[in-house]
Amino acid sequence: MELFTNQVLAGIATGAIYACMALAVVMIYQAIDHLNFAQGEMAMFATFISWQLMQWGVPYWGAFVITLAFAFVGGVAIERILFKPLAKAPVLTNVAGFIALFAIINSSAGLIWDFTIKQYPTPFGSSPFLGSQLISTHQAGMIGVTVLLLIALYFFFQYTRIGLAMRAAASVPESARLVGINTSWMIALGWGMASAIGAIAGMLIAPVVFLEPNMMGGVLIYGFAAAVLGGLTSPFGAVVGGFLMGIFENLAGTYIPGVGNELKLPIALALIISVLVVKPAGLFGRHIVKRV
Amino acid sequence: MTTLLNVKDLRAYYGQVQALHGLSFSLNEGSLVTLLGANGAGKTTTLRAICNMVRSTGGIEFDGKPLNNRSTESIVRFGIAHVPQGRGTFTTMTVEENLQLGAITRKDSAGIVSDIERMYAHFPVLKQRHTQQAGTLSGGEQQMLAVARALMLRPRLMLLDEPSFGLAPLVVRDLFGILGKINREDKVSILVVEQNAQLALELADQAYVIETGRIVMSGNAKDIANNEEIRKSYLGY
Repeated sequence: MELFTNQVLAGIATGAIYACMALAVVMIYQAIDHLNFAQGEMAMFATFISWQLMQWGVPYWGAFVITLAFAFVGGVAIERILFKPLAKAPVLTNVAGFIALFAIINSSAGLIWDFTIKQYPTPFGSSPFLGSQLISTHQAGMIGVTVLLLIALYFFFQYTRIGLAMRAAASVPESARLVGINTSWMIALGWGMASAIGAIAGMLIAPVVFLEPNMMGGVLIYGFAAAVLGGLTSPFGAVVGGFLMGIFENLAGTYIPGVGNELKLPIALALIISVLVVKPAGLFGRHIVKRV
Repeated sequence: MTTLLNVKDLRAYYGQVQALHGLSFSLNEGSLVTLLGANGAGKTTTLRAICNMVRSTGGIEFDGKPLNNRSTESIVRFGIAHVPQGRGTFTTMTVEENLQLGAITRKDSAGIVSDIERMYAHFPVLKQRHTQQAGTLSGGEQQMLAVARALMLRPRLMLLDEPSFGLAPLVVRDLFGILGKINREDKVSILVVEQNAQLALELADQAYVIETGRIVMSGNAKDIANNEEIRKSYLGY
């Protein structure tokens, strides 16, 4: 039983990270109808920035805040420079854009910081949380930061005018423009926020997976799986999907014989395919009906 | 009477296809003008061209200022509220959020709150349903919501694209009554595109008839309604 509880709690902790990545993916998907394959690389690069800042002597939370600002501005810049001109381009052109972005960010990080694995600090420590062997303080911190972030985002989208405008721009762009919303900047804002959310995920997971240019590859696949499971049209679903994914991953690794650590990733991919076949809209997504 | 909207030699294009062929008309401050015409005549295109939602050339002046080459969202800030065909409801949001979105360019939060109450007084059914998702409203209620959303801008000019479309005759009567009241009491100028010519002519001061992208007839709404020849050849009733 203790093993089970332990695995579930650890699953919730990594699930928090998947939830952040899924949320970032869904925010961009809502705005531009494309999956951002470079979401993980953007997060990785931001995490390197924070590491570099700490190397230069900036304290953890200072580096954290500066990195969020950097990630936000970077996200906006990527949208303005690369994806705004592609807005009316065919799907494949956009996919090529995302792959290019992935490769550029990945190799730049390798060029600047090389590919050796680096230790990344945690501000929460890694002692047992509240004297319990079930969960470490860092894992508790991952959950705590994510929950705070989700609450903040909920209030932002539900109770601020700019949040309302962003939702309107994503749901019916033409009507949004007719009430005076600059939908183009709302998309850029969405990119900035998604990028910052990804950066938080990157900084929280880096102490666990260690810092290196390919650190987010697996994490993003789980994030995609979470987003698909919850429904690509539902931010709430993405978050639920993230937590479910984290728990599922850990339990499968522990209890299904032969899965272990090596086969965890294929399980995420299998889940993506099963959801797409059985319930394409995901758990909380809505069916998109198009008239022709 | 000052001219609020002046459209001169308007030509509009969908890709290579020209939809408007040099269309000119004007609207006086405080008046209610209707554009009539059959399907495909260019009524909707005219409204879309005013808000720069379709490629066009020619002169569009609002209160003496040119609107050409401005983005749709900046044209709204002149005080032009456009209720598009199909109503443009934010279906996944609540009724109240839809109203707030209508006022999203305004800064006076106290005024917005009191205007929402004013809309609930105009349209009591919206108050009953203010927390419901707008997509669950009936067609008539959604049209009320669309008009209320447009009014939340405190517009000087309201553009309405076929408000009667898909509504039961009684609901249409109701709606047109409210539009007339808004025009008289709130001093909002209205440009309404309609296929229901009879009803639109009862309501309007001025009317223009469009055929294949050109104005073929214009004048006082009463005169046009009383002219049997025009009615038969262009308006079909």
